[in-house]
Amino acid sequence: MATHSTFKSLRLDGVGRDFGTMNALKDLSLEIKRGEFIALLGPSGCGKSTALNCIAGLLPTTRGSIFLDDRRIDTLPTEDRGFGMVFQSYALFPHMTVRANIGFGLKMQGVPKTEAEPRIDRAIKTVRLESQAHKLPGQLSGGQQQRVAIARAIAVDPPLVLMDEPLSNLDAKLRLEMRQEIRRIHQSLGCITIYVTHDQDEALSLADRIVVLRDGMIRQVGTPEDLYARPAHLDVAEFMGFRNRITGRVLSRDGTSVQLSVGGTTMDGVLQETAPGDTAVAAIRPDDMVPVASDAHGIDATVEAIEYRGRDFFGQARSSTGDELFFRSETRVVPGETLRLGAEPARVLVYAGE
Amino acid sequence: MTGHALPLRSRLAAKGLDGVTLMAVPAAIFLIALFIYPFGYGLWLSFKPKDGGWFLANYVKFFSDPFLYDTIYTTLALAFPVTIVNLLFAVPVAFRVRLMKHQRLLTTILVLPITLGTVLVAEGMLNYFGPQGWFIRTLVSTGLFSPGQIKLVNNYWGVFISLVITGFPFTFLLTLSYVSGIDPALEQAAATLGARSAARFRHIFLPLLMPGLAITFCLSFVQAYSVLPSAVLLGAPAGPTRVISIAAYQAAFEQYDRPMASAIAMIMGFVQFAVVVAALSLRNLFYRGPAAGAKG
Repeated sequence: MATHSTFKSLRLDGVGRDFGTMNALKDLSLEIKRGEFIALLGPSGCGKSTALNCIAGLLPTTRGSIFLDDRRIDTLPTEDRGFGMVFQSYALFPHMTVRANIGFGLKMQGVPKTEAEPRIDRAIKTVRLESQAHKLPGQLSGGQQQRVAIARAIAVDPPLVLMDEPLSNLDAKLRLEMRQEIRRIHQSLGCITIYVTHDQDEALSLADRIVVLRDGMIRQVGTPEDLYARPAHLDVAEFMGFRNRITGRVLSRDGTSVQLSVGGTTMDGVLQETAPGDTAVAAIRPDDMVPVASDAHGIDATVEAIEYRGRDFFGQARSSTGDELFFRSETRVVPGETLRLGAEPARVLVYAGE
Repeated sequence: MTGHALPLRSRLAAKGLDGVTLMAVPAAIFLIALFIYPFGYGLWLSFKPKDGGWFLANYVKFFSDPFLYDTIYTTLALAFPVTIVNLLFAVPVAFRVRLMKHQRLLTTILVLPITLGTVLVAEGMLNYFGPQGWFIRTLVSTGLFSPGQIKLVNNYWGVFISLVITGFPFTFLLTLSYVSGIDPALEQAAATLGARSAARFRHIFLPLLMPGLAITFCLSFVQAYSVLPSAVLLGAPAGPTRVISIAAYQAAFEQYDRPMASAIAMIMGFVQFAVVVAALSLRNLFYRGPAAGAKG
């Protein structure tokens, strides 16, 4: 076992995959260090699952290569790579007990029973399923099945654990629980985990580094803090929760601070890209967009809907230029009311216009 | 004021009887008129020997005459191998077709023999596999066989080949539906866990397929067991392919002994039933739940 005990990194070198004439994955290059938790984040169709399947060997790559340290692995069949994978549908073997499911990988590797049994026990214990070990997967709840899938993937002690949207079939509460569980298991294993998701909250809370994909290309790689505070592109910003996009004309620019003219009013923001051009787009999180004094910089908008979410109200408004805006308010406002909405200049990210 | 205040309709609905149940009535009537009644009548008739006597006389007669009881063995000797061969062909083809893009086209081609009918197939085979047919002549022209050395019609093999041709599409279609019912992610999961293709087949596909294959076996077997036209047209109905349905036919329409024919039909039914029960009880040894990866 444990051929990986000394491995240091996984390297993807220009990995690409075509389906007919469609480039599902264009050019993925990335180096991942042992112990890292990487999230591949992107909307559906961005190539994240394709990337994962290429790494697992379930899809052959069209170009590029994959290395585990200096060993090239993209030419190996799936069964020789020895990676653990957790499928979106869990893909538990319905005719085997939990224990047999978890022990399947060890059995296939020809690990003798005396050695396999304690390892299965350990995997079962890691996912806290001691009392369910004799049951069939069909007798378990969704969350328990999820744990079995994880235990089965980690029982072979893989250098790499691949997870394909593993939480998407669970309800919201269970999802939060399993998120912590996955993070805990990852830390206890010290392997590389690559986690595919379209949910930025999941990516932010789990990953050491996030790889944002779009149209089969890497848009940005960074720590969750990086991505949250400084998305490199407008589409990444949008994906990281900057729901407000306001197009304006550049009035003035001083270093990175810019002033935009939007409709008849002005907004201040921080430039994210070097050459803004004449028009630019400001991206603002709903959290940072608040009602301001009528003589402050901001945009005039009419409230269309409002909802109370615990401490604050969150609303949707339409600006005089027709843009849809999402904002937060500490006091109740009513639909039909006209407000000036603004944000602190540091919270307004300005990108080149399209 | 509690229970009996409910209208009759609601009480019936609670027991599973509602408007939808009525839709089963025509089928039930057909079943009774075309299956249950004739079966019961046949059973009753089989206990009324034509020449009088003990009520089991027909059965005693059947089991004391080798010309009659050998037909059971003759039929089994055809139906069993044919069914097994069909299954052995169908499983690998279904595995391949499952992954194909133009599945429809290939399925249509494979299923075509079903539409031909046994008599047409027999007619074609008599020409093609007959002593002057292309097939035999080609074999003879290779010099490996002398004329008359191989015979593929009017014997056991003629019936065998015809049953494979007409039975395969049916077996294949059923097998294909069972094979495609297995979530492909299960195979992928097994592969990531280090299982090579043979191990994936043995540990994942085969156990999940067994119940379906048992059903397929039963249906294909019953079909092959009741063979009549090809046994007469392509076989040697007086000897090696004197199947049980021929015996029943002769009793009914050559000796005009309806009770005897009924008795033979009952014996035939019983043999089929015994084989089906055996196959289905083997099926119980396997997992029979859904063959998808649980939820999702």
